[in-house]
Amino acid sequence: MYKAFLIKYGEIGIKGKNRYMFEDALIRQIEYALRRIEGSYTVTKESGRIYVDTEGEYDYDEVIHTLQHVFGIVGIAPMVQIEDEGFDSLAKELIAYVDAVYPDKNFTFKVHARRGRKNYPMDSMELNKELGSRLLEAFPELKVDVHSPKVNLYVEIRQRINLFSEVIPGCGGMPVGTNGKAMLLLSGGIDSPVAGYMIAKRGVVLEAVYFHAPPYTSERAKQKVMDLAKQVASYAGPIRLHIVNFTDIQLYIHEKCPHEELTIIMRRYMMKIAQTLAEENGALGLITGESIGQVASQTIHSLYATNEVCTMPVFRPLIGFDKQDIVDIALKIGTYETSILPYEDCCTIFVAKHPVTKPNLKIIRHSEENLSEKIEELVKTALDTKETIMCEV
Amino acid sequence: MEAYLDNSATTKVSERVMEAVLAAMTDYYGNPSAMHSMGVRAENKVREARELLARLMKVGEKEIYFTSGGTEANNMALIGAAMANRRAGNRILTTQIEHASVSNTMAYLKEQGFDIVALPVDSYGQLQMQALREAMTEDTILVSVMYVNNEIGAVEPIEEINHVIRAVNPSVAFHVDAIQAFGKYKIYPKRLGIDLLSVSGHKLHAPKGVGFLYKNDHVKVKPILFGGGQQDGLRSGTLNVPGIVGLAVAAEESYTDFDEKQKRLYNLKELFVTGIQKIEGTKINGYPGRESAPHIVSVSFDGVRSEVLLHVLEEQEVYVSAGSACSSHKASISPTFKALGLEKKSLDATLRFSFSTFTTEQEICSALEALRETLPVLRKVTGR
Repeated sequence: MYKAFLIKYGEIGIKGKNRYMFEDALIRQIEYALRRIEGSYTVTKESGRIYVDTEGEYDYDEVIHTLQHVFGIVGIAPMVQIEDEGFDSLAKELIAYVDAVYPDKNFTFKVHARRGRKNYPMDSMELNKELGSRLLEAFPELKVDVHSPKVNLYVEIRQRINLFSEVIPGCGGMPVGTNGKAMLLLSGGIDSPVAGYMIAKRGVVLEAVYFHAPPYTSERAKQKVMDLAKQVASYAGPIRLHIVNFTDIQLYIHEKCPHEELTIIMRRYMMKIAQTLAEENGALGLITGESIGQVASQTIHSLYATNEVCTMPVFRPLIGFDKQDIVDIALKIGTYETSILPYEDCCTIFVAKHPVTKPNLKIIRHSEENLSEKIEELVKTALDTKETIMCEV
Repeated sequence: MEAYLDNSATTKVSERVMEAVLAAMTDYYGNPSAMHSMGVRAENKVREARELLARLMKVGEKEIYFTSGGTEANNMALIGAAMANRRAGNRILTTQIEHASVSNTMAYLKEQGFDIVALPVDSYGQLQMQALREAMTEDTILVSVMYVNNEIGAVEPIEEINHVIRAVNPSVAFHVDAIQAFGKYKIYPKRLGIDLLSVSGHKLHAPKGVGFLYKNDHVKVKPILFGGGQQDGLRSGTLNVPGIVGLAVAAEESYTDFDEKQKRLYNLKELFVTGIQKIEGTKINGYPGRESAPHIVSVSFDGVRSEVLLHVLEEQEVYVSAGSACSSHKASISPTFKALGLEKKSLDATLRFSFSTFTTEQEICSALEALRETLPVLRKVTGR
């Protein structure tokens, strides 16, 4: 019965003169998302409102599910749009609407009329009152409750008239594409996809980098990361994933540096490579899934040591999160199941028995001097041989 | 050179099987249950397959029930026999080293109220007969023991087991999972006292998705699938004609020059085992020679994780499987390894090498070469 959806957006409504940019970005994102599903849709903007109109057959649940993956949408209101053919006709339509949507009439309600055009012959108060009483006449079981009604009936008088009563929550945030680009270090674990999701939610376009260590890590581990990128892309839009072969660098570090420092030095090189990729691709920050104290390489000392190689900002949206909080989001966005697939990743294979938890930067730098002979060349080769694929739903 | 040594996981379809399957899909594609001649042609092909398998095993044609593979055959045999014989007793015996399609079915039967006893094995994977004697009771309705263990190639004393259990309860149903054994051993169920025998096609160069259950005519089994009543109502569902035809051709092929082929496999095994024994820090699990299956060798490696070694070998185009995958995320230690009493350090450091009639000496040598090359490097890098 619904042929259209009213899209409610929050934060972007307050962006002043840039507002149109945010709205246009949101429309683009909605159009992009809807292109993936069957049906024909038009997305339009009309004085501070975004509407999605459907044409012909479509799957209601699929549309809602898809719109719930678009950042910037706060709520989705499935609505009935009618032509303005006078008050009697409006009242009749509203009664038909209530009848169709609520088979059981035993509830309290309130009518919220709003006039987008003030030339309508009745004002909002009158509309509320009159429509309310028509409804009570039609369905005597209904009760009015103006303070905490069970059902809010919205009647918006614009060029046409919108009737809606249900607002399905969207995922919030800001439309992707309104806040530049950042490079996500994607590992295959639980945290990094969640970190990517959270930054994308602020309107940032994602690119991602994965460090592959064949043959120590398998094709399946790589496929898993590609699957995760795809799942994040269902929210964030297409993600370019760079797959960097890290094996030779890892082996070289293993050969030349003290084993308890392996992880830190390895991570420093990962950050360096990620930063180079970010610079090459116009990204202005790095994103990691780090959270203070979660593992040896994420103590505040280790973060300090890793961060030192970066000149661009590193976004760590999970920094203060407990593991369970992260798991909850991973479950919500659907990456958890993939993340827990048990394949070795390069961090778990080349790990010392007792990695340093309080690395000393001076000592780390000193160890890295042992790498001076070949490391630059290895990094260059790793960058030159990287594979780049597009991950999208 | 590429060395595919994971034939216990699955095998390559043989040329003749492929042609037979193709013909079944293109020439006689009718539904064997259909009344018209297209159906009859397909039905005849299924009948021929059934006749052939029956002949190879010296059983009745009507005792062969085609399934979607080994897992279904095991489920059908165990659940079907347990449910059909419920009134006679509640006890079911099995071993601690069964394949998951048996052990998990047993877990299900346990939930249904059956008393399941999983018997121990010795360090070579042989069922402990004393334990069997003690566990066997008159109200034991079903005994399930695998012919060849899939992880270490142990061969169970099926005939002896039959004598022991029949002495206590002559009417017990005896199920044998022969998925790794069929085609490697000539199995005559009637001679061995086997009532139910599971076979999978893709372990012997037939396609995936087809297998069969031999069921002795006198043994009661209830169906677990319901539908159009095909195969005497015991296994409903349109017959997988291409798969069945392929399975028959594959079985026929493996029974041609049977002894020669078996001998050849043992020679390959000997070549491999001898090579392995020369590599430092390795241990063969189970019997290394002719006391165990000709096509499966399980090796534990000191100081390397099986998953890592597997991928390193893969890079050299040597394909094997890890008995147990143990990663930092989730430990999945094989119950078989536990039952064998494998050392803790070997639990996640064991690989299975498995051969088929297609395996060549060259492949064995490549695998040994790859191991000799990569093990020292790997132990240095990922040593614990």
